Amino acid sequence: MSTTAVAGTRFNWHSDEMKARRKARYAAERRLRAYGLIAIVFALGFLAFLVGSLTFTGYKAFTQTVATVSIDLSKAELDTSDLMKADWRGAVRDTLRTQIGDLPRRQEKAYFDLFTSSAPFLVRDAVIKDPARLKGSSSFVIPLSDQADQFVKGEISRDTPESQRRISDEQIGMLDQLVSKGVISSPFNWALFLNADSRFPELAGLAGAISGSFWSLLVCFAISFPIGIAAAIYLEEFAPKNRFTDLIEININNLAAVPSVVFGLLGLAVFLNGFGLPRSSPLVGGLVLSLMTLPTLIIVTRVSLKAVPSSIREAALGVGASKHEMIFHHVLSLAMPTVMTGAIISLARALGETAPLLLIGMNAFITSPPDGIFAASTALPSQIYMWADSPERGFVSRTSAAILVLLGFLILMNAIAIFLRQRFERRW
Amino acid sequence: MSAYLFLLLIGAAVIAAYLGGSRALAVATTAETGRIKAHSRPIYHGLNAAIWTAAPAFIFLLFWLAFQSSVLNQLVVASYPGSDAMDSAAQSLLIGEIRQVAAGNLFRQPSPEVAAAADHLRSLQTYSTYLMTAISLCIVAVGAFLGMKVISPRYRARHSVETAVTVFMMFSSLMAIIITLGIVGSLVFEALHFFAKVPVTEFLFGLRWEPQIAMRADQVAGQGAFGVLPVIFGTFVISAIAMLVAVPTGILSAIYLTEYAHPRFRTVVKPLLEILAGVPTVVYGFFAVLTVAPAIRAIGAAVGIPSSPNSALATGLVMGVMIIPFISSLSDDAFAAVPRAMRDGSLALGATKGETIRKVLLPAALPGIIGGVLLALSRAVGETMIVVMAAGLIAKITLNPFDAVTTVTVQIVTLLIGDSEFDNPKTLAAFALGLVLFLITLGLNLIALRTVRKYREKY
Repeated sequence: MSTTAVAGTRFNWHSDEMKARRKARYAAERRLRAYGLIAIVFALGFLAFLVGSLTFTGYKAFTQTVATVSIDLSKAELDTSDLMKADWRGAVRDTLRTQIGDLPRRQEKAYFDLFTSSAPFLVRDAVIKDPARLKGSSSFVIPLSDQADQFVKGEISRDTPESQRRISDEQIGMLDQLVSKGVISSPFNWALFLNADSRFPELAGLAGAISGSFWSLLVCFAISFPIGIAAAIYLEEFAPKNRFTDLIEININNLAAVPSVVFGLLGLAVFLNGFGLPRSSPLVGGLVLSLMTLPTLIIVTRVSLKAVPSSIREAALGVGASKHEMIFHHVLSLAMPTVMTGAIISLARALGETAPLLLIGMNAFITSPPDGIFAASTALPSQIYMWADSPERGFVSRTSAAILVLLGFLILMNAIAIFLRQRFERRW
Repeated sequence: MSAYLFLLLIGAAVIAAYLGGSRALAVATTAETGRIKAHSRPIYHGLNAAIWTAAPAFIFLLFWLAFQSSVLNQLVVASYPGSDAMDSAAQSLLIGEIRQVAAGNLFRQPSPEVAAAADHLRSLQTYSTYLMTAISLCIVAVGAFLGMKVISPRYRARHSVETAVTVFMMFSSLMAIIITLGIVGSLVFEALHFFAKVPVTEFLFGLRWEPQIAMRADQVAGQGAFGVLPVIFGTFVISAIAMLVAVPTGILSAIYLTEYAHPRFRTVVKPLLEILAGVPTVVYGFFAVLTVAPAIRAIGAAVGIPSSPNSALATGLVMGVMIIPFISSLSDDAFAAVPRAMRDGSLALGATKGETIRKVLLPAALPGIIGGVLLALSRAVGETMIVVMAAGLIAKITLNPFDAVTTVTVQIVTLLIGDSEFDNPKTLAAFALGLVLFLITLGLNLIALRTVRKYREKY
């Protein structure tokens, strides 16, 4: 009886009420879909904005405005017996004076301020490197000072009122004169890669930071790679399953999520204060970074060992290999490409890590590249942090340029990892 | 010097491996009339000889280098006149000065006692280096001799090599525990020093954080300058803003990528999103300072809200973007773990895709998503460079996102950059903060890992 009653009140799917309801449901569906798309667009837009704005502020640091002048050192009255103490300043100034028409004495300071104040040292070092230059005229490349460089690059506008810019109208006039004489050019800024840090933006470069990062990563790799693989093999292949190994496992997972600054505190208290290792050195930096990368490396290696099918193990054991031989000759070498990929990716992460390096003093101001793992040095990310704090205008674009260099290294490392993964990827 | 010693060890090991291998071959062939009947292959004899040669000396060197400087410090201080009367703080200052003088960094003429102590330290250092070299060379020689001596056809070199390898692997897997003990030990040890100077209650419940003032000895304690609450409050304000940005964006993008997106779209977009997680945080920090903070300030000025140059909003926003891929990929996993049948059942009843997502997928995946959000929160709390560059330095309790607040990590870094004398409460406070940070993130991680794991077992 009741069935007919239900059949009697058959649903009218085509009623207006139902149409409106359906419309609302479809609209909700489309809204959800749109929200998802908006979220993705927001995130990717932010990424594009980040890269775009860094490129926009940074690309100018890849060129440097320089003046190419020829100096006749045989005519300059130089004390050739002691090249270090000779009057380079005078020689350089005499040459610079000849580049421009007669200047009243009170304008000379403004004129010399257009060039980097380290010009005499640049000339001195070039001559000490090549003493033949003393015997005649040869051309020298002298970078312009920061404000002149910024002006030529268009960062400082001509239209700004004179009181609001760091370059005066008369200096602009002199610059125009130099430009019209063809003395000024803007070649690629090799100094950005070849020079170490400096207080003057026109001379500051990344060589010290790059080699510091290199040494730190070398130490990091030398420690975390063997220990990480050994630990992963033990935990995956040898360790009994008991509460202690469970504890180790939980520990590794937790270590992977400990904030990096805490590792810096550890390095400060144990390596610097406890063991008395040299402060600011790539050795300590690498040690701290290796402690951070170790958990990730162990996890990655375990996963890749697990992926090797048991038939390989059984076959090796079946022909009489010992357990160690089975692992080292067969399982590990089959898992190695994945392990390498994981190692490169965790090294890339270590390359970008900054906070622990600050705590162990790898933000020191050092004007020459380190020559080993014991010398004081900086690293790329801490150099970026230091430059970002510098007030000079030229350091803004240099910071962005340094970031682009760092991102370049990261992309390179990740590309290698992806290449390795695709080249050696194995489907069992 | 020690670097050369390590190189020497490696060289000695290589030579020992070669000599051991060839000797094993020779012994095996002469003993049994030309036929090799040794238990192990020559390579294992060689490796065994190399391990005997290098491993003991290597371990010795590590220990010597680790404890050399603290032993030397003790010796120098003990011989310094009047050092018994000094407290540990004065002693560490003295050591610092002596070390500087001994290294040749003279800022002013040292007192005769210090100069004498520096000479003493220098001679001790030279002596120590000679001693280290001599002892390690002896160990290498003895090890090489023993390693070569054991070579015989019967000797089970492979077993002995494998045992050594196993010991190394066991030690390596203990590293995780050693690191954790190192972290907890150093944090607790230094924090206890801090709490000896500033009462724990003051630290935990104080409402003022002004560590810079406490440089003066008479202001160390009792002034409420080391109250951690404003710092923790600031940390959570910034983390909350970051989560407000990251959680909806992350979950919505995961929904779109798993449910709606074309597979090809997904393979392009997903790695792009992951890039956001791979960008070094110092880059985000610079970006926040250079671009985002001024923009937010301008917007604030346009609508009439005064904004500080280091607003919590700018910091949190940038941090939130950093966390998006983290939440996105964890929710992605959570959605993927929901069984196909549940989805199909809902669709078969006539629900739209959106209704299925909201009424079936989300509730089913919720524990996993919450675990991911907690992990992300722990990351936000521990994040350092963005806040060091973009957040403020003054600790205050405020909910206004346009105001500047400070965080635990900012304070750790600012307290420790520059000087690291372990005697004043200012430096030690950083370790107390580090302990707080470690405990907070540890708690969040443990809950998150447990939630994720529990949930995974369900289906």
